[in-house]
Amino acid sequence: MLDVTAPLLAVKELQAWYGESHILHGVNFDVREGEVVTLLGRNGAGKTTTMKSIMGIVGQRTGSVRFEGNELIGKQSNQIARAGIALCPEERGIFASLSVEENLLLPPVIRPGGLSLDKIFELFPNLQERLGSSQGTKLSGGEQQMLAIGRILRTGARLLLLDEPTEGLAPVIIQQIGKTIRSLKSQGFTILLVEQNFRFASTVADRYYVMEHGRIIDQFSNSELDANVEKLHEYLGV
Amino acid sequence: MFEIFGIPSGALFGQLLIGLINGSFYALLSLGLAVIFGMLNIINFSHGAQYMMGAFAAYLMLKYSGLGYWPALIVAPLVVGLTGVLVERLFLQWLYKLDHLYGLLLTFGLALIIEGVARNQLGSAGLPYVVPDALRGGQNLGFMFLPNYRAWVIVASLAVCISTWFVIERTRLGAYLRAATENPTLVRAFGINVPVMITLTYGFGVALAAFAGVMAAPIYNVSPQMGSELIIVVFAVVVIGGMGSILGAIVTGFGLGIIEGLTKVFFPEASATVIFVIMAIVLLVRPAGLFGRRA
Repeated sequence: MLDVTAPLLAVKELQAWYGESHILHGVNFDVREGEVVTLLGRNGAGKTTTMKSIMGIVGQRTGSVRFEGNELIGKQSNQIARAGIALCPEERGIFASLSVEENLLLPPVIRPGGLSLDKIFELFPNLQERLGSSQGTKLSGGEQQMLAIGRILRTGARLLLLDEPTEGLAPVIIQQIGKTIRSLKSQGFTILLVEQNFRFASTVADRYYVMEHGRIIDQFSNSELDANVEKLHEYLGV
Repeated sequence: MFEIFGIPSGALFGQLLIGLINGSFYALLSLGLAVIFGMLNIINFSHGAQYMMGAFAAYLMLKYSGLGYWPALIVAPLVVGLTGVLVERLFLQWLYKLDHLYGLLLTFGLALIIEGVARNQLGSAGLPYVVPDALRGGQNLGFMFLPNYRAWVIVASLAVCISTWFVIERTRLGAYLRAATENPTLVRAFGINVPVMITLTYGFGVALAAFAGVMAAPIYNVSPQMGSELIIVVFAVVVIGGMGSILGAIVTGFGLGIIEGLTKVFFPEASATVIFVIMAIVLLVRPAGLFGRRA
């Protein structure tokens, strides 16, 4: 039986390399079922690499990544996806040679419990209107971000890794994405978010981890945010 | 008999037919090359040898087990495709991250080995392969005589090309292939076993070459160098159509076959070089090829 008190995702002493460069130097954190957890930190702190290491798409990694109690560190990324983790990458990863509909239907359903297309269109009405568009990359930046999030909601994955979903988007779109994340949380999704914009993160997150030089250097909950704003400004250099 | 631009119609249509036949093989072979290049980033120089393997497999099946053309049309591509799967697993999979040159050299070396073995076993003279009974004879269309087997080659090649295009451009499996061509890492991170897909893609491209080889056996002689003679033109076709473009490979294959046929009628001296002249012009005007995605 699954230990109910165990976190859904437990990352321990995670180290990662790109070729010769050592990026993560022992990252420790966990994400509990139903939480929205945000990794904060400056550019180059290792947030995206942490996401990629969980997903198994960096060159080399060591340490431990346990999901639902199963060790994923030795697994290939297709097996990790099948375990129930889905990634929305920073660069969005919309395919130019696929139509909007093909992009949306691309990730295979890996277990029951994913959202139906109708539910996805409720969250992102624009997507339904643009479904006939022949090329996924002809959408606006905001629409591409919605497509990148929408397509991983179908798969039944329980843990969503969202890498800077607000980057480069207009405030009204950022609000819509915030609303979406809160709605997903209320539907039982667990979300690990990477953000540089902690004002946005504070509207959705339960807890924060701060990263610097490939390590977690601080953590606090949303209720402790106000008391930590000064420190955060220093960490993030804003 | 009537004349068009001073050319007897019989000669014109005759060359047009030969052009279409050659175009059928150009299209099938460049299609396989395009599929392989798109997915594996490998310029498959052993494609001509694998085409020859298809023809030889048909020849050997007939000689040693009495299995004729129709079983060969299914079995030879399967068997040769399977050797492709082995080649991919044993050799090619180690080369994807390296420069194109390594894949090109490896497949070129393989082609030399395959041709050498074929020459050693079967000699370098062409071996005849009979047209299947069902496709003997021909139709008199009034303006020309159309041998049944040649009509079949054109129809079968078109059918295979269009089916392949359909699967790649219009189905779920094709969407996986196109997506994996663009960003294999992300497609894999969605839970799709991309390495297996790559292996099967190579096997399929090689099987297409072998299929073309079986179809070619009754028209051209079965000989060890039949592939290397054809493959140079096919590479020109791929360059003109645009590396990796499926539609480009099909349209350019048939189109250049026809242009080559017409050149034989109107200016025979240029017929052997016309494709390379077109290639040079296309490379100057559109370096990515007529149907290439990136300019």
